[in-house]
Amino acid sequence: MAVKIVRERWPGKVYEMVLGRRPNTVRVGGDTSLPFIHFEGEPKKPVVALEIQDIEPLGWPEVLWAPFAGLMSDPVAWARRCVEYGADLVALRLAGVHPESGDAGAEAAAAVARSVAQAVDVPLVVLGCGMEEKDARVLPVVAEALEGYNCLIGQATVDNYKPVAAGCRAYGHSVVATSPLDINLAKQLNILITEMNLPPERIAMDPSIGPLGYGIEYAYSIIERKRLGALMGDRMLAPPVICLVGEEAWKTREAQVGDTPEWGNQARRAVLWETMTAVMLALAGGSIFVLRHPESLARFQGRIDVLMQPQLY
Amino acid sequence: MALTGLAIYKLLPKTNCKECGQATCLAFAMQLAAGKAGLEVCPHVSEEARETLSAASEPPIALVRIGSGPGALEVGSETVLFRHDKRFLHPTGIGIIVSDTLDGELLAARIGVVNRLSFDRLGQTYGVDLAAVRYECGDPERYLTAVREVAANTELNLALMCADPDAAARALELVGDRRPLLYAADAENYEAMTALARRYGLALAVRGRDLGELAALAEKVVKLGHKQLLLDSGARQPGRVLADQTQIRRSAVNKRFRPFGFPTVCVATGEDAVLDTAVYIGKYAAVVLLDTADPAEILPLVTWRLNVYTDPQKPIAIEAKVYEVGNPGPEAPVFLTTNFSLTYFCVMSDIEGARVPAFILPVDTDGTSVLTAWAAGKLTPEKIGNFLNESGIAGRVNHERLIIPGGLAVMSGKLQELTGWQILVGPRESSAIPGFLKQYWSQ
Repeated sequence: MAVKIVRERWPGKVYEMVLGRRPNTVRVGGDTSLPFIHFEGEPKKPVVALEIQDIEPLGWPEVLWAPFAGLMSDPVAWARRCVEYGADLVALRLAGVHPESGDAGAEAAAAVARSVAQAVDVPLVVLGCGMEEKDARVLPVVAEALEGYNCLIGQATVDNYKPVAAGCRAYGHSVVATSPLDINLAKQLNILITEMNLPPERIAMDPSIGPLGYGIEYAYSIIERKRLGALMGDRMLAPPVICLVGEEAWKTREAQVGDTPEWGNQARRAVLWETMTAVMLALAGGSIFVLRHPESLARFQGRIDVLMQPQLY
Repeated sequence: MALTGLAIYKLLPKTNCKECGQATCLAFAMQLAAGKAGLEVCPHVSEEARETLSAASEPPIALVRIGSGPGALEVGSETVLFRHDKRFLHPTGIGIIVSDTLDGELLAARIGVVNRLSFDRLGQTYGVDLAAVRYECGDPERYLTAVREVAANTELNLALMCADPDAAARALELVGDRRPLLYAADAENYEAMTALARRYGLALAVRGRDLGELAALAEKVVKLGHKQLLLDSGARQPGRVLADQTQIRRSAVNKRFRPFGFPTVCVATGEDAVLDTAVYIGKYAAVVLLDTADPAEILPLVTWRLNVYTDPQKPIAIEAKVYEVGNPGPEAPVFLTTNFSLTYFCVMSDIEGARVPAFILPVDTDGTSVLTAWAAGKLTPEKIGNFLNESGIAGRVNHERLIIPGGLAVMSGKLQELTGWQILVGPRESSAIPGFLKQYWSQ
């Protein structure tokens, strides 16, 4: 019997952001459909960054540092390994500029960022330390040092977006706009940033996700609503969404606890915790994923490849 | 095709007798149109109107029951495409496949592993729902042995994955009273399978080779008089499953296409079945049958199901009592927060990250966050003082120092006066707790 296929017509689309330098640019977003739905538009493939840090991280479980053993005190070597593992992007977290983690200055941070950018072909995401005042001073200097590399830099919040976005505009980068889990605050920040003449295709929205088991459902629904908003033509909800999955997933107890009879093998559990968080937020509509473990990267990409095979009626 | 509230109203008695529980016939008509009420509660509707309305008054997706007794699994009766539109109602049933090629100790071991797939989360237990015995070996006797062993050794609901009506009939002689899910009727066997399902009152999975064949088959089974169905479009490629699930849900909810007005069942057996299952849970599967029993894989899966099926309009509250992080001794710090689960989880995981054993006291704020609760008057110094007393924390620590969220700095003086405890104002964001502890917490 003939079944009538139900197709939605979407007037809008997700903005397409271009990162990196030719010939190694990476395109992000640009979707004209719901995630992985091929029969009424064109979904785009999410891209994945592996995360590195400017200082050797403390407190990472062995499962996580083992794939990078011996490299984590050298951001350049660490970044190269990420590319070998198949990352589309490298995300450099400037943890060392935080006043409680070394308090590195802006010039030192910029030098690290520049050496990483020079060492790899893939585009770079640079994230500050998360302390808004310090990032406001550091990130514009980093942006200047990375001029010409067309990076994605953040996180800009409602309290520090002016210097961060100005640095991105002046030196040709895109900006990560971070807001708490709230669709209206995200929209408001996008408006503020575009009012500084940074176009919406140079914004990536960071909804401050929670990982599996710790608030993922809020992020899932916020991201789903953003995608629907973009498809229905709301331009201030149309920038692509970035999900900082690795740092959230590896903080959980389920990723940190060793092998137990009830919870099974830690490595499989922890990697799956990270991967499942990412796949579910991709299903909601995320476009850029920052992960930590190379196996999570491979498993995520494997699922995404399967879901990107066109399924039409 | 769905009727509007007004179209339904024209067919009702228009007496406003209130016997249905609604104030007026019009209000009742609106409830019917929204799928929130059933026609059976109106005692005065004419037979003629009943027939016209029956399609419109049925919920867009039927409620289907698998199993018997209080532990039976109910799935379906979903009403939305996106959880933020309202909520998803009946959590996906997760079924673990047990092959009949296992026997003796291997079979017993597998059943044991499946039985242990239940997990504790904040005092509640969550686990898998079904043991699905799959007919693979081709020998009915061996299948019967496996079914008998599984049934005898698990309290989970059962599924019989067996498309051979003769083997299924013999298995049902053993376990029919457990009302297993019968998987699956297809174009060849549907008459015999439907007869079995009717005889034992079972939920019957119906499997087509594509959406068209599925719709035709579902109609045929309904015509044979059976309405406890689960739909399987036959897709196994995950992208195809996602597309078909989306079509079935849209057809049922938005178009009221009756052949698709049933919950769905997916089978995940590919290279990364656990992640495929997670996708199917997010996008509309009512039951997923999968072939892994590894707790490291099932724990994330069960957690995802719990998360996506929570009510987005209702903040999740946790019990207000003393919680321990690590093994806190009498000198451990005491953190105050609210009982909104997300707030609590943030505080808990950041304290864990700091590797400092501590106590957490989540005040009952009806599951709202710190600033919301404070603004709404649900987080007052008096309330905190009472909770501090009632919680019994004073007997478990050898100090009287309480760390409060930075957002409550304004009440620290009043709180100190009221409780006699020294109040330390913590950070506004929980992510700053590790730094805060390093700087301010020393004995």
